[in-house]
Amino acid sequence: MTRNRKGDGERSGLFTRRALLLGGAQAVLISALVGRLYQLQVLETRRFATLAEENRINLRLLPPSRGLIFDRTGEPLAINRNNFRAMATSDRGRGAEVVVDRLDQILNLGETDRGRLLRELRRSRNAQPVVVRENLGWEEVARLEFNAPDLPGVFIDLGQTRDYPEGELMSHIVGYTGRVSDEDLNGRDDPVLSLATMRFGKKGVERSLEDDLRGRAGVVQVEVNAVGRVVRELDRSEGQPGSNALLTIDLDLQRIAAEKLAEHKSGSVVVMDVITGDIIAMVSTPGFDPNTFARGITQTEWRQLLDNPERPLNNKSIGGVYPPGSTYKMVTALAALESKAIEPWTVLPCNGFLELGGIRFHCWLRGGHGGLNVQGAMAASCDCFFYEAARRAGVDRIAEVAAKLGFGKVSELGLPGESAGNQPSRGWKQEKYGVTWQQGDTFNLGIGQGYMTATPLQLAVMTARIANGGYEVHPNLLLAKATPREELAPPPPRDKPNAPSLRFNPQHLNLVRQGMSDVVNSALGTANALRKDSKGKLLDPALRFAGKTGTAQVKRITEREREMGITQASLPWHLRHHALFVCYGPVDAPRYACAVIVEHGEAGGKTAGPIGRDVLVETMKRDPSRHVDRFKKMASR
Amino acid sequence: MSLGALGLGAPQPVGFGERIWRINWGLVLVLSAIAGIGVLALYSAAGGRFEPWAARHGMRYGIALGLALVVALIHPKVWLALAWPIYIVSMLMLVAVDVIGKIGMGAQRWLVLGPLQIQPSEIAKVAVILLLARYYHGLSRDQAGRIFYTLPPLFIVLAPVGLVMIQPDLGTAMMVLMGGAALLFVAGVRIWMFLGAAVAAVGCLPFAWSFMHDYQRRRVLTFLDPDRDPLGAGYHITQSKIAIGSGGLLGKGFGKGTQSGLNFLPEKQTDFIFTTFVEEWGMIGACVLLGLFVLVLMWGFSIALRSQHHFGRLVALGVTSMMFLYVFINTSMVMGLLPVVGVPMPLVSHGGTALVSVMFACGLLMGVNVYRDAQLPLGR
Repeated sequence: MTRNRKGDGERSGLFTRRALLLGGAQAVLISALVGRLYQLQVLETRRFATLAEENRINLRLLPPSRGLIFDRTGEPLAINRNNFRAMATSDRGRGAEVVVDRLDQILNLGETDRGRLLRELRRSRNAQPVVVRENLGWEEVARLEFNAPDLPGVFIDLGQTRDYPEGELMSHIVGYTGRVSDEDLNGRDDPVLSLATMRFGKKGVERSLEDDLRGRAGVVQVEVNAVGRVVRELDRSEGQPGSNALLTIDLDLQRIAAEKLAEHKSGSVVVMDVITGDIIAMVSTPGFDPNTFARGITQTEWRQLLDNPERPLNNKSIGGVYPPGSTYKMVTALAALESKAIEPWTVLPCNGFLELGGIRFHCWLRGGHGGLNVQGAMAASCDCFFYEAARRAGVDRIAEVAAKLGFGKVSELGLPGESAGNQPSRGWKQEKYGVTWQQGDTFNLGIGQGYMTATPLQLAVMTARIANGGYEVHPNLLLAKATPREELAPPPPRDKPNAPSLRFNPQHLNLVRQGMSDVVNSALGTANALRKDSKGKLLDPALRFAGKTGTAQVKRITEREREMGITQASLPWHLRHHALFVCYGPVDAPRYACAVIVEHGEAGGKTAGPIGRDVLVETMKRDPSRHVDRFKKMASR
Repeated sequence: MSLGALGLGAPQPVGFGERIWRINWGLVLVLSAIAGIGVLALYSAAGGRFEPWAARHGMRYGIALGLALVVALIHPKVWLALAWPIYIVSMLMLVAVDVIGKIGMGAQRWLVLGPLQIQPSEIAKVAVILLLARYYHGLSRDQAGRIFYTLPPLFIVLAPVGLVMIQPDLGTAMMVLMGGAALLFVAGVRIWMFLGAAVAAVGCLPFAWSFMHDYQRRRVLTFLDPDRDPLGAGYHITQSKIAIGSGGLLGKGFGKGTQSGLNFLPEKQTDFIFTTFVEEWGMIGACVLLGLFVLVLMWGFSIALRSQHHFGRLVALGVTSMMFLYVFINTSMVMGLLPVVGVPMPLVSHGGTALVSVMFACGLLMGVNVYRDAQLPLGR
């Protein structure tokens, strides 16, 4: 018993010593814990606080709503439509595959979309959302919401998509928007462009006015949880919506022009105010539906547009280049008169051809016109007269006048895809072909053939500058623009050109205009039939107009072929001549100019002429430049 | 040695009222305060709701406290007698869990008995304490110091450690091993044996590495270098450190923890509850919580030192060590001082079995105080 007690005493003493040792060790370790707490919570707390904020707070840019585009009467051409889209975020692609698989089941993404989505998710930084699918229907929205618990990082976002109510009719002018490309970013450092939902103007006015239409981004500070879901909004600064724009286009006239052109496979009509330079209508057929781009074009649709031989994506009004043919004769005439190479009364002979170094340059009229002065030669479109007039004036004078009238360079319209055409000159030929300019080249240039090419817009500009008395008007598509806070309204009408004069002799211009008037209004004129309307009724004197026909050679029919009975009509479509017509009216107080090209339309007077007449007459009737009262105020936003 | 012989010099028999009085009500208060902090933290972790954790935690604590008080009033001789059966049953359950256990968190840890999910490793912790206490209760100081007598306790400790490792549950295995080592140490095992074991353990490290699961290796590597993969395996540690550090001295305020509130913290209701709490209450809150635990430990040591019988001393110290290991491993883990091994914060973390086994252990501890002058047979 005693031994036991004593034994317990020994045990107890050892226990006490060792227990105290253990307790001491524990005290040391707990002090270490407190030390660690001190290190984390006092010494390094700032760093961790910052990290926690970075975890928690996400800056998100609010895409500004894009400016709207209207025609001159206030009809909407490009508007924004609400768009429910599925967005996804993931932290550098963590768990992305699972989510994408589930999305695939719900939305039927398809292989290409899946791949794109995975790529974008892996690339996205700071949990910046990427677009899964745009324009969701109600059913799809419901299915996504229903499955939300299985779709971490996926959310529905109410955004805006571009809608083009006029579709194909305005496709080339308004253009369309698309995802921002690297090329678009060039020189622009607007952070909003990094947003996945942001759209950038790709064609047409959407492109040329991009920086006005885009607006400024707002910023919202949101608190997000670990999977990037927004928990609440902390701060918001609204951006500024893009400016709205009024175009110079008159939608009714645009529609009429398109209808007239619709009888032919492809072509272009440009109507321009000769005083202000406003483009009243500008049609290029065929067009395309820009809404397919807004919606997201499919590969097949894209291929079809690209492979179409009538090139619907090309705006032929500004991008198509054609030999101007006889419509160029105004340039030759003016150059010859201005350089005193001919006088208004100079009569030049025409036997049906001119011979130069053994080569015959034919007049379109077999047998010739006999002899004509400049006014008569223009009315009858005598080629021989203009061969000789060109020869006398020389290529340099012609090129000089042509440049003044707008040939050979891109206009100030600003639309992408505009071509400069080609105004040949001595230097140009030397540089391009290493060959000196020949007299024959001057002959060809004199009747707008050979190396000479121009766009329908350039022809309209030329006609306008002749019609307005020699003022350097520039084509213009933007009537007015205003931020959403300002009022958008057309400027007051203007009746005098404010462009500088081109300093042509008024008498010479008058003579050229007389010639153009005779084309339509004199019995000699090549487009004499156009003095009557489509129903055969003589035009109202107030609507009488002047014009010039042209036929641009695509394939030269050789003597041999002619003997074999080959005519233009028997050639395949793509080899037939282009038909051209330029005109302005009213003949006494010119206000509107119009240029028409019907691709492979064979003869200017026959196919292009009636279109030009109808469109020009309609334009004069409506007189959109003076009737600003037709402008309807848009419901503000 | 008969019971009668122990009558000599024995104090007056202790009445029931006296026993109730001897329960450490101060300790009960401290434990309740800790559990209260648990309720608070769980409420906050659920985004300011009592469901699903806080309410259940409070309720479970109430039940577990009742259990602890009952346990405290049971005479140590009963535990002396039950030490082996409890140990054997817990070993069988560990084997069962390894064989048929439900898969949870990539490891088999739970045993489903009807509506109950039991984590046998939690029971094993207490079972090892009881059995070691019983074993050394019957040994003299000299015997305790001999290597031959150290072999059985070595087996008693290593058997459950092995079974728990298989699950695999590194945290609990470490706790049982270190808790056992603490008991062996105070029971009088020679210091050189510990040194020898330590050397052997270091020697075994490469083997241990080859037996580890991928996720365990990852955790160890991540612990050694959390920046290795800040969004992968190191994510938990990094986010936990951010939460604690951003809490600062005073914390972000109750219910305002952004890290846990926004789900940047994993397992915020169990292993990372300390983080949740400290993010909102700051270093002040952390020190209060640790201080409460220190009070528990001090109570434990004082009970151990005042026990008249060796069994009581060892049980009390075993329980105290277990408590310490829980707190130390858990806090070190969430502060990035130890690998993430899955040890909960006692009385604070959500989880039934751990709560019950901790309160059961506290019941044993208080029982030692209640029966501090009991005369126990050596039981050999």
